[in-house]
Amino acid sequence: MGEALRKERLDRGIKVRTEGIYAISHWQEILYLLFPRLLLICGMLLLPVLFATAPYWQRVICVMSVFVLLAMAFDFMANIVGLVCLGGALFVGVGGYITALLNTVVGLPPVVSLPLATVGGAVFCTLVLLPTLPLRGIYFAIVTLMYPLVFSKIIEAFDLFGGTDGMPGVSPLPNQWTEQYLIIGVALLVLFGLRRLVNEDIGLVFRGIKDNDQAVRASGINITVFKALAVFLASMLGCFAGAYMAHLYMWAGLSLFALDFSIMPIAATVIGGGGTLVGAFTGSLILVPLSELLRAFGTLRIAFYALILTAFIVLKSEGLMVYAQRKYHQFERWVKV
Amino acid sequence: MEIVVYGIINSVALALMALGFTLVYGVSRLPNFAHGAIYVTAGFMSWAFFNRLGLPYPLAIPLALLGTALIGVAIYRLVLIRVRGMEMSEVIATYAIGLAILEGLRWAGFKGMTYTLPVFVSGSVQVLGVPVDLHRLVVLAVGVLVFASIWGFTHHTRLGLALRGIAQDEWAAMMLGIDSDFTATVALAMGSALAGLAAVVLLPLGNIVVEAGYSVLIFAIAVCIVGGLGSWAGAVLAAFVIGFAQILSVKYIASHFHMVVALLAIILTLIFRPSGLFGRQKELEERV
Repeated sequence: MGEALRKERLDRGIKVRTEGIYAISHWQEILYLLFPRLLLICGMLLLPVLFATAPYWQRVICVMSVFVLLAMAFDFMANIVGLVCLGGALFVGVGGYITALLNTVVGLPPVVSLPLATVGGAVFCTLVLLPTLPLRGIYFAIVTLMYPLVFSKIIEAFDLFGGTDGMPGVSPLPNQWTEQYLIIGVALLVLFGLRRLVNEDIGLVFRGIKDNDQAVRASGINITVFKALAVFLASMLGCFAGAYMAHLYMWAGLSLFALDFSIMPIAATVIGGGGTLVGAFTGSLILVPLSELLRAFGTLRIAFYALILTAFIVLKSEGLMVYAQRKYHQFERWVKV
Repeated sequence: MEIVVYGIINSVALALMALGFTLVYGVSRLPNFAHGAIYVTAGFMSWAFFNRLGLPYPLAIPLALLGTALIGVAIYRLVLIRVRGMEMSEVIATYAIGLAILEGLRWAGFKGMTYTLPVFVSGSVQVLGVPVDLHRLVVLAVGVLVFASIWGFTHHTRLGLALRGIAQDEWAAMMLGIDSDFTATVALAMGSALAGLAAVVLLPLGNIVVEAGYSVLIFAIAVCIVGGLGSWAGAVLAAFVIGFAQILSVKYIASHFHMVVALLAIILTLIFRPSGLFGRQKELEERV
């Protein structure tokens, strides 16, 4: 009979010391807290400079940051509020079309049309999704999966907004540096903003709705209001991403409702680790350049990342960032049972 | 008259597409989002057996059905069994598998208009003064036959009764010695084979295209949601509602509305009558 062993995990001493205000008492503790955050922030801010001579990869950086926003929106809705939204493309499409309309028909410059599309699109998406909010779990997922399809089919059937040709002639952003730093800045702000938000009181309500909405209701809190608020926040991210895409490509069309914008953020969240927000962030950082490298394989890359997604769900459902955080904060050792 | 005849045929076709999906969900509460991909795979498999390997048509079809059943078993045994009970993981995993199959097929060169299956019987007859292909009547016959045999199977065989037992009360059925994993495997195999059957019966009416995978999935979900997930009588009724609605809208509005009708049916049903036309109180609780 061999000895039965089990793995024991313990918090590192420095992790415990950095939990309170005394974290600022020594440079090591400060560094322990700041290092991961600064690594991400500085890395993101340096990216455009590093790829200054490669315009193609600069475009990839923009697209990557767009998916970062979408993935964080999905993660926020699915793993914090418990609304699994399989139709992130709805937000992208609505944001893109609104900014294109404001820009080409009304003639507003991007400085005005981008924020207007963000807020207006979010209001629109929230109103459209309002009747579906009482639904739970897989039923909410199915309805939201259908929404972008319905919108693109309706636009196609009634030949609205240029029909299948889309709306060309959306004015571009001033230059490539504005393009990149705008979306990177927004992505970083959203990451830290959302993280702060979910640790406030309102975040507690959101988590409560995910875990047991009846209990939240019994506490006299109107869950529909909070769900709508969560949808509004998430769709604001999505609509901004969509509006930004329209300005980036100077075009808004049916492809903004494409499946890519729904699936890729989900894959990124699953790979990065759901519920952490930063997991969704890093998941996109990995997945988007990877899929760009695989572009030579054509449609096989969709099959490829669908397989990665399945493998992660089945074999490593916690995701990379949860794993990394555990390794950073804790050490493991084998102990006798 | 034309609307009635084609409406009935369209409805039976929809019911055939949805039957496999509703069987799997009804028995084991597994939403098989790879349903559409399996449908398309069955079409391409029978095409390959018939044209590439030169097998006779009556042999190619059962082989393709066997192949799809094996895919269903593989999906359950390799993937779903590990994530069972986590609803969202089930949805995302099966959807990803379906996506991988469809895009893999597209990459393998199965695209374009060149892939067709031969019809079982050619020619057409007058039904109630409307000319109808004989093959469409075959669809009708197969549909009725499949419903009858599924009903007989689930009411009069040991295995079928075990499936219904698991569907009605999983814990009680397990106490009586019915293995939940085994019935789920059987359900997935049967559901996939039914998707394959729908494919080989319906695909000779048109081309085999990868995009059909997505639309079949949507039609199947539409029928199941409108009928109340897991309710078979509801599914058949819903197939008729959506089938006639599609034919009417295509006739009087525009041909693009084929899909819009199905999508709107899903959304409106879930918003206004979440348990579906035939849903019961128990289902309502888990949905809302």
